[in-house]
Amino acid sequence: MAIDLSLIWAALILIGVAMYVFMDGFDLGIGILFPFVKDAEEKDILINTVAPVWDGNETWLVLGGAALFGAFPLAYAVILDALTIPLTLMLLGLIFRGVAFEFRFKATPSHRAFWDKAFVIGSLIATFFQGVTIGAFIYGFEVVDRHFVGGYFDWFTFFPLFCGVGLIIAYALLGSTWLIMKTEHHLQAKMKQIASYLVGIFFIVLIIISIITPMLHKQIAERWFNMPNIFILSVVPLLVVLISYGIWKACHKEVHSSPFILSLFLIFLGLFGFVISVWPYVIPTSITIWEAAAPAQSQLFALIGTLFILPIVLMYTAWTYYVFRGKVKAGEGYHH
Amino acid sequence: MFGLDAIDIARIQFAFTVSFHIIFPAITIGLSTYIVVLEGLWLKTNNKIYYNLCVFWAKIFAVNFGMGVVSGLVMAFQFGTNWSGFSAFAGSITGPLLTYEVMTAFFLEAGFLGVMLFGWKKVGPHLHFFATAMVSLGTNISMFWILSSNSWMQTPQGYEVVNNQVIPLDWFAIVFNPSFLHRLVHMGIAAFLSTAFLVAAVGAWHLLQGNKTDENKKMFSMALWFIIIVVPLQFLAGDSHGLNTLKYQPTKIAAMEGHWENIGDEPTPLILFGWPDMKAEETKYKIEIPVLGSLILKHSFTEQIPALKDVPPQDRPNVPFVFWSFRIMVGIGMLMLLLGIVGLYRRYKKNLYQGRWWLRFVLLMGPSGLVAILAGWFVTELGRQPWVVYGVLRTKDAASAHGDLQMSISLLCFVVVYSFVFGIGYFYMIKQMKKGAISQPIDYAQLTHREE
Ligand code: HDD
Ligand code: HEM
Ligand code: HEM
Repeated sequence: MAIDLSLIWAALILIGVAMYVFMDGFDLGIGILFPFVKDAEEKDILINTVAPVWDGNETWLVLGGAALFGAFPLAYAVILDALTIPLTLMLLGLIFRGVAFEFRFKATPSHRAFWDKAFVIGSLIATFFQGVTIGAFIYGFEVVDRHFVGGYFDWFTFFPLFCGVGLIIAYALLGSTWLIMKTEHHLQAKMKQIASYLVGIFFIVLIIISIITPMLHKQIAERWFNMPNIFILSVVPLLVVLISYGIWKACHKEVHSSPFILSLFLIFLGLFGFVISVWPYVIPTSITIWEAAAPAQSQLFALIGTLFILPIVLMYTAWTYYVFRGKVKAGEGYHH
Repeated sequence: MFGLDAIDIARIQFAFTVSFHIIFPAITIGLSTYIVVLEGLWLKTNNKIYYNLCVFWAKIFAVNFGMGVVSGLVMAFQFGTNWSGFSAFAGSITGPLLTYEVMTAFFLEAGFLGVMLFGWKKVGPHLHFFATAMVSLGTNISMFWILSSNSWMQTPQGYEVVNNQVIPLDWFAIVFNPSFLHRLVHMGIAAFLSTAFLVAAVGAWHLLQGNKTDENKKMFSMALWFIIIVVPLQFLAGDSHGLNTLKYQPTKIAAMEGHWENIGDEPTPLILFGWPDMKAEETKYKIEIPVLGSLILKHSFTEQIPALKDVPPQDRPNVPFVFWSFRIMVGIGMLMLLLGIVGLYRRYKKNLYQGRWWLRFVLLMGPSGLVAILAGWFVTELGRQPWVVYGVLRTKDAASAHGDLQMSISLLCFVVVYSFVFGIGYFYMIKQMKKGAISQPIDYAQLTHREE
């Protein structure tokens, strides 16, 4: 049969990861920006912009994990085994920021400051280790005979750690532009200012990552710098420059949603570059998606359901965002 | 370095995290369904009591749900981090089932949760009710998939093993494996019962405080009706579950019964209590009733049930643990029945809402459902040992090759973080329960008005 199930699943997982980065990106970003907002009422607004949607956002991470588990069990086993430490730390971070949403409203006033801190630190840790995971993934893992044989601290090198920091900047950018869209007056003005700095820093981060990545594996360098490729692919950095400039410009104008949309584009370009670099490996330079594939029966079974259900999921997710559209105002709490 | 120790710690970590996890979903499943009933009754009767109860329980639900989600996230990743042998071997079956769970359940719950909790003023009452119903549906579908997956590990079928990997052959046979429907019914009832006991206990606490509002009486009474009807059904479900297990996992039943060997063709007695000794291969200090074992498990006066000595020692589970967990579960079931009967009697005598000892008894039984659930799962999971996938993959071949130091640190982190975070979470939940259902202002115009 001509249908390449592994290819479809790789695409679906990428879509899942992209959805996750877009959506949980801005709500983790809000955790990162939290310390920059001092006023108690404004803090509540920050939380209230994402409280109704954060759980749905995080579910895309579960989908990514489950789909990898189901469609490429070998890759799931090797990657998670190799990254046990950063992933465990990421989960612990997500625990703290996840419960903080509810706990800070239920807490006795004296506890609230603690859960606010837990929200910030949890978001930072979760984001940092997601970045480490991406960096370590590009770096690749030592695999012999379909088992991970490297050390459990292999990820502790410059590139993955740098990606961790880079992702913090990326999520903060998403968070600040999300808030430009969802808030007004003083808070919005403040976020415009923060976003205009962040976009500059993120631009530098992208440049550094683009320089290092091709140096990691010669396949990656060849992919980008080969003869016809270099012309086609040079569109990517060009767009990055244009969009970054666009965000910076927009932050100095009377706008609401355009910085957020442009930031999504920017992150999308980052992901696109990532795919160009690692394709077609599911464990870079040692195992391709076809080598790690689950039996066709597994991939097909899961695919049938996914193709039917995913559109429905997208529909009601969109509906939820629609219900909670518009600016979030002070005192518009949810616990009536 | 990579000896048994690391595996033991990985097992303890799995048992610890999943035990913490399961007590949240059990309440999530039960409570979301209860809230649907309350909201539906409110829409139908326009009786404000239901609305007040609905708002009250929704707040407690929110805290519980948050904890369920973050502890569940850990479970999904733990398969890969600590059980990479299992993932590489059986991921081709467990993975697609988990994918279905995410698609059909987790998204549904999470997607509509926002509207359920924060949408009162954003959508009309009927649309709100719909959102609540979708959350509840999601939690129940989640139970369906995860139990199918777990049951397949207990009674695998519909697959073949090629190159050290499971290849699914017949998905219908896999999903509806022989123990699945038994487990689904038994666990579903367990989740509802646990919630009913929690609701009854909260009602009892307020009644004990002299807080005899209509809301407190209503929830107390609803819970007790539910208990007296459903506890006997749980006994039936448990019995047929046991008969099924006898067919597919006879060693587990032998361990539950502490039954070591069959002598001649004497029918099997029922051991009530005793201490199963794995070394001496006998159950010491036992109190037994002749023939009853055969009667319960074979519905016969003569037929014997399989014994532990039928299999070599390395294929036996930890007998005392299984034996006693089973007795704790069944013992709690008996106490539940007693409570239900007393409740019925007091209702008939018209003194359901008073009596210090009666109300204290109900209060004390508040967590009993959750304890029985944990005991039940320990029977199921420990009784399956030494296999992860029964008869196919041994636990020792399922683990990742982490060092014991790393596993110890990781276990320590989980114990500290879970105890702290979920301990405080329960503290907030109890605080919320003590506030009680307060009469809520309702104003349809305000409810449906969208603030621009
Ligand atoms: C989908 C699969 C699945 C599900 C729904 C559960 N388990 Fe399980 N359980 C496993 C899959 C599993 C496993 C991966 O197969 C383990 C890990 C190691 C092992 O031997 O089996 C296991 C082990 C395991 C152990 C340790 C057994 C041992 O190491 O000797 C305990 C006590 C539990 N589980 C308890 C539970 C509880 C309280 C559950 C209620 C939610 C539960 N399990 C659900
Ligand atoms: C060991 C196996 C299990 C795994 C891997 C697992 C995985 C998960 C995950 C990842 C979540 C979070 C989903 C989200 O982000 O919304 C979750 C939540 C949930 N799980 Fe589990 N789970 C396990 C056992 C169980 C069992 C045995 C049940 C029920 C019978 C159950 C029922 C639920 C429910 C109802 C939720 C909804 C959230 C909540 O608990 O409040 N899970 N689970
Ligand atoms: C006297 C009545 C009961 C009987 C005869 C009974 C029987 C059983 C049996 C035989 C098992 C093991 C199934 C297997 O692993 O193959 C089991 C498991 C279990 N029991 Fe019970 N049970 C009873 C009461 C209860 C009560 C009252 C609860 C909770 C409210 C409960 C909750 C559970 C749970 C959560 C499990 C593990 C999941 C499963 O395998 O279904 N049981 N029960």
